[in-house]
Amino acid sequence: MSAPLLSFSGVWKTYGRGEATVHALAGVELEIERGDFVAIMGPSGSGKSTAMNIIGCLDTPTRGVYAFDGIDAGRLDRQRRAILRNLYIGFVFQGYNLLARTTAAENVELPLVYRGVPSRERRARALAALDRVGLTGRENHTPAELSGGQQQRVAIARAIVSEPTLLLADEPTGNLDTARSHEIMELLIELNREKNLTVVMVTHEADIAAYADRQLKFLDGKVASDSRVTEMA
Amino acid sequence: MIWEAVRLALTSVRRNALRSFLTLLGIVIGVAAVIAMITIGTGTTEKVKADIAKLGSNLLVVRSGADTGPGGPRVAARPLSQRDYETLSLRLADVEAVSAASQSRVRVVFGTESLQSAVTGTDDSYFPARNWALTSGRVFNDSELRAGSNVCIIGTTVSRQFFGAGDPEGSTIRVKQMSCRVIGLLESKGFSGFGQDQDNVVMMPLAAFQRRIAGSRDIETIYVAGRDGVATSQIQARMEDLLRESRRVAPDADDDFSVRDMTQVADAMTSATTAMTGMLGAVAGVSLLVGGIGIMNIMLVSVTERTREIGIRLAIGAHERHILLQFLVEATVLSAIGGLTGVLLGLGIAGGVAYALSIPFSPSALIVLMAFGFSAMIGMVFGFFPALRGARLDPIDALRHE
Repeated sequence: MSAPLLSFSGVWKTYGRGEATVHALAGVELEIERGDFVAIMGPSGSGKSTAMNIIGCLDTPTRGVYAFDGIDAGRLDRQRRAILRNLYIGFVFQGYNLLARTTAAENVELPLVYRGVPSRERRARALAALDRVGLTGRENHTPAELSGGQQQRVAIARAIVSEPTLLLADEPTGNLDTARSHEIMELLIELNREKNLTVVMVTHEADIAAYADRQLKFLDGKVASDSRVTEMA
Repeated sequence: MIWEAVRLALTSVRRNALRSFLTLLGIVIGVAAVIAMITIGTGTTEKVKADIAKLGSNLLVVRSGADTGPGGPRVAARPLSQRDYETLSLRLADVEAVSAASQSRVRVVFGTESLQSAVTGTDDSYFPARNWALTSGRVFNDSELRAGSNVCIIGTTVSRQFFGAGDPEGSTIRVKQMSCRVIGLLESKGFSGFGQDQDNVVMMPLAAFQRRIAGSRDIETIYVAGRDGVATSQIQARMEDLLRESRRVAPDADDDFSVRDMTQVADAMTSATTAMTGMLGAVAGVSLLVGGIGIMNIMLVSVTERTREIGIRLAIGAHERHILLQFLVEATVLSAIGGLTGVLLGLGIAGGVAYALSIPFSPSALIVLMAFGFSAMIGMVFGFFPALRGARLDPIDALRHE
């Protein structure tokens, strides 16, 4: 077995100082393997969002080491973390976070723009990604012209267009009805299986978390439980 | 990358068309004001120059009484005499022409038509000295000048009033109490920069004017046209010496006459209008600066409004400099559009004013480029702070922004 994709060792994240000090993360130890599908759960204030931000290299630990694929990501400066995000991480948010009044294809192209990919290739890859998430023919629709489920599919296409190693999903089904939620989860599972894409997902719904191979529960800035769902077959 | 940013900026400007237009108004007005002011000012300067050239180049003008500066009172003094004129015309070297003239506004009548006209008694040197040619007929001959014959040369305004399109030559008009035969027609000089009709004139021999119109032998003005390439200051000094001698001015007394160098007057007027142009341009430039502050204001709004968008861009791998570039380019594109509109508007205004005031329309490519470049630069400078603010946003906070 190769080294884990992600590892937290003794990670603390502290906000404020003196009396007002809050430890969002209090010595987290965690490893996530390549190709895994992990659900992170926990009540608000448990530290799961902070952990997600650190995993996504949007934030850095106050203390301890966060390594991404062997890189000490917690020590990287803003610009290097931006490069790391652009190359290896795809983001899917609860609120979709698509650019308004911008077509689906243009939204999907965005990560490639910042990577300097020529526009013809960008377009082709964006269309392929949209095709993969089942949105063929919608490439020129703006978010306002798409349903919530379709918008989330565009967001997923944007996350996978750069062929990342890790897909981070922050409550990806939070704004969707049950049927749409399960469709999105099926799609994430497929991507996880066919591309060996590591997926880390924050959710507070048990039935959504049930799609994952592994469930982590955060409580008071620590990993309170870690359970692996063994596959039946 | 730059091209992407320009495309993005244009899209953003188009999406907020009304807001962009209002923001641009400051820059548009600023640039238009600068362009219009400077173009009109330059046209005015050219007009003044052209007017002065029509007076005659290298022209020196002698009048009686000390010159107390432009617009100052003239000290009463002995009028110029035939002797003064003869002294100058005999002893002044390096001059093209010396001419004596007296002028009076009198009524001129032909048939039932009459006109208040500037009537000048003078000699043939007057025409070269004042740079004035005849379109038809002839100038005075020696015997007419000596005898003070009843002949006259008229300007186009007088001719049109009395004869319409017809030929005035040979007709007899009445000037005050004197009948006088028209022998020539002057070319048109149009209106002067001060709105005076330079063609409403009648010329006659000086002797005839003195006897029949003025009733005295006085000479009002002596015109001296210097030869090209001879400094007028040199001629002026020599003239002053000769006149002091001829008028017997005591060595310790001040001049009782004045010699005015029209070249200097021209220079003074030109530099005055140029200074005016510069000042108006500078005032207009201030409004450009104000326009820049408007851009900064709206860019700050734009950055705040699009905090979430910046968050998304940062999250998916945009660097600080990408965001900085995006907003800088947007501000620059915005002000460049304003600059371009302002240039067109300014040239339009200047063209209209030039037409209305019948001054030359003289747009300067340099000024247009400078105003445009300056407005684009203003966008860049005033867009920098908001852009930097956008680029420095924390992606986590920006994403959470509602």
